[in-house]
Amino acid sequence: MQVALIRALCVAALLPLLGGQAFAVSAYVTNEKGNSITILDVDRMEAIKTFPVGKRPRGIALSPDGARLYVCTSDDDVIQVYDTASLALLGRIATSDPEQIVLSPDGARIYVANEDDNLISIFDAQTRKSIAEVPVGVEPEGVAVSPDGKTIVATSETTNMAHFIDAAARKIVGNVLVGARPRFAQFKPDGSELWVSSEVGGAVAVIDPVQKKLIAKVGFEIPGLTKEQAQPVGIRMTADGKTAFIALGPANRVAVVDTATKKVERYLLVGQRVWQLALTPGDKYLLAVNGLTNDVSIIDVTARKVLKSVQVGALPWGVAVAPK
Amino acid sequence: MAALFPRVFDIAPASARRLRTVVALLFLASAPARAAEPAELKIGVLRQPQPRETISILETPAEDETLAGAELGADDNNTTGVFSNQKFTPIDAVAQPEDDIVQTVARLADRGVRLVIADLPADRLLAAADAGKARGMVFINSAAPDDSLREQNCRANVFHAAPTRSMLTDALAQYLVWKQWRRWLLIKGSHPRDDALAAAYRASAKKFGAKIVEERTFADAGGGRRSDTGVAQVQRQMPGLTQNAPAYDVLVTADESDVFAAYLPYRTWDPRPVAGSAGLRPLSWSPAHEQWGATQLQNRFYRLFKRPLRARDAQAWMAMRMIGEAATRTQSVDPKKISDYLAAPEFEIAAFKGQKLTIRSWNLQLRQPILLSDGRTIVSVSPQEGFLHQTSTLDTLGFDKPETKCKLR
Repeated sequence: MQVALIRALCVAALLPLLGGQAFAVSAYVTNEKGNSITILDVDRMEAIKTFPVGKRPRGIALSPDGARLYVCTSDDDVIQVYDTASLALLGRIATSDPEQIVLSPDGARIYVANEDDNLISIFDAQTRKSIAEVPVGVEPEGVAVSPDGKTIVATSETTNMAHFIDAAARKIVGNVLVGARPRFAQFKPDGSELWVSSEVGGAVAVIDPVQKKLIAKVGFEIPGLTKEQAQPVGIRMTADGKTAFIALGPANRVAVVDTATKKVERYLLVGQRVWQLALTPGDKYLLAVNGLTNDVSIIDVTARKVLKSVQVGALPWGVAVAPK
Repeated sequence: MAALFPRVFDIAPASARRLRTVVALLFLASAPARAAEPAELKIGVLRQPQPRETISILETPAEDETLAGAELGADDNNTTGVFSNQKFTPIDAVAQPEDDIVQTVARLADRGVRLVIADLPADRLLAAADAGKARGMVFINSAAPDDSLREQNCRANVFHAAPTRSMLTDALAQYLVWKQWRRWLLIKGSHPRDDALAAAYRASAKKFGAKIVEERTFADAGGGRRSDTGVAQVQRQMPGLTQNAPAYDVLVTADESDVFAAYLPYRTWDPRPVAGSAGLRPLSWSPAHEQWGATQLQNRFYRLFKRPLRARDAQAWMAMRMIGEAATRTQSVDPKKISDYLAAPEFEIAAFKGQKLTIRSWNLQLRQPILLSDGRTIVSVSPQEGFLHQTSTLDTLGFDKPETKCKLR
């Protein structure tokens, strides 16, 4: 412990000498009301820049190499594409009310939930042209891709289903009914489970993606809070698949869940209305975006401790972390 | 369409446009969903048209009020139905005040309708529910705010998607007390439902520690509400109505009949805010609501009907969604299974209100947060922070279980 701390301090002291920028881990946070993106230097735990984007930026994703940044600017009905080195706007992809966005593991495809049109749109990342639209339930929001890239999952908030879409055939191959208002879907890193958070239902459904059946449920009981206040949204898992972090919205907490037992081990107090989460490379930090306090909580994954909160723009929503 | 379904039956299927949407979606659906004919559920939309005379021309009811909300709900249910192989068909049934409601109900039953969304005055709702009981019909009240329907006159075959007067007045009272505006001048209209609303405000004041410093009545002298030069007269009338009042913080108006309250803001003798039936109003829904994903519902409604979504339509949407949710969860279109599920403790539904809505088992009332709107924005949403309850903070709004006079049968 002591040695690790000293080593960390030494590295921290050396960083400026090494020229900073190239070694810094950057995180990009969309500010829904600020119509901007704030860039965080995760190692220095500081906001380093805020730049204007389109209207109502929400979902955000990076290409696997970190070179391109995709931002859902919902009120512009556009996905904006930025160059992360220059922050130059490279192009726009027109698509109705985009909310959440994910890329295929190889970065070739873009999957977007069009909340107003009950569609999942698929685009070619290279040409930015539409490849297909898949009709799903009412108000699709969450989008996830299986680690092998073969399955896309969309969650529809008013239909209350997780829709399994075959990525090659671009067709629905199964639907699983979950709790009320499913907002986020996340595959376990080995692809063996799909976790779906139901914000209003107040629980996370664990689904077997092969059988397409519900196998377990993660519930939340927070001392001193009503059960209605635990409204799970964002989910992230460590690369070893052992730990899940679940953002609990107006409960102002992130739940730390043992994926084997499906039990909550700890609740970490963060800012207000925490929705989206992201892990930094090597699962060193977890970033939790707090919409109503306009900040991002930086959490030490190993110590399971909130280290610092960093102010960003107005009503922060989504977060993406550069691969390195 | 009207010619095909003559007025004498007062019953017509939902518009062809909506059916086309359903057909299109079915066509687009994946192979497994297309395997069999979807199971169909017909839902009656039994509605008595509202008087078209309102103080504000902006609030003139639409011809298809309530029906439009139910149709959007059916649309949403049908999108889900593509995956659950279910189809929801609203059957419009207009009951004019002079029509025999028992016969209208019988005609719906003859068409195979067992679940009915009802927008009727309290007495007619009871007549309809009692007439439909023998034929296994279940009603969801989407409009009547009367507490009596959930208390002494409750029925085992009537659910309530609309909030009660007491829920609405408690919602406003909590906010006014939170603001420390505890001294109220209450002005009520002269019709029975205005009296009922005033009684609810009195009860809310007592419940949350506000004081009604004086109560006045605005007598409805009749006559039209619209005239070219009426404004000048109103400007002289309203200060007089509010003159010589004891010291007060806020003017609370109980004018469900929509006769005078909307004239009070900016015209009071003393410069005081107005709340209740004008100014800051407690509502189940407002076109200004955009939190918790509400924008999506507002957009869907506007796209179909080219007008803003107001409370009456939103409540009918809610009722239709309750039915759809129960059908999805039970994987059945059997009306009995659906109504049993609605009354079961498992039932919960999301409705863009920031938390799940559930049913009060003792009187079948839907628990719901109440919006407080000035007409352009949502000022606040009740229950307010700090008003606590042992089971659900939503039960701080309206009559609670220990006070209930309801015996379901």
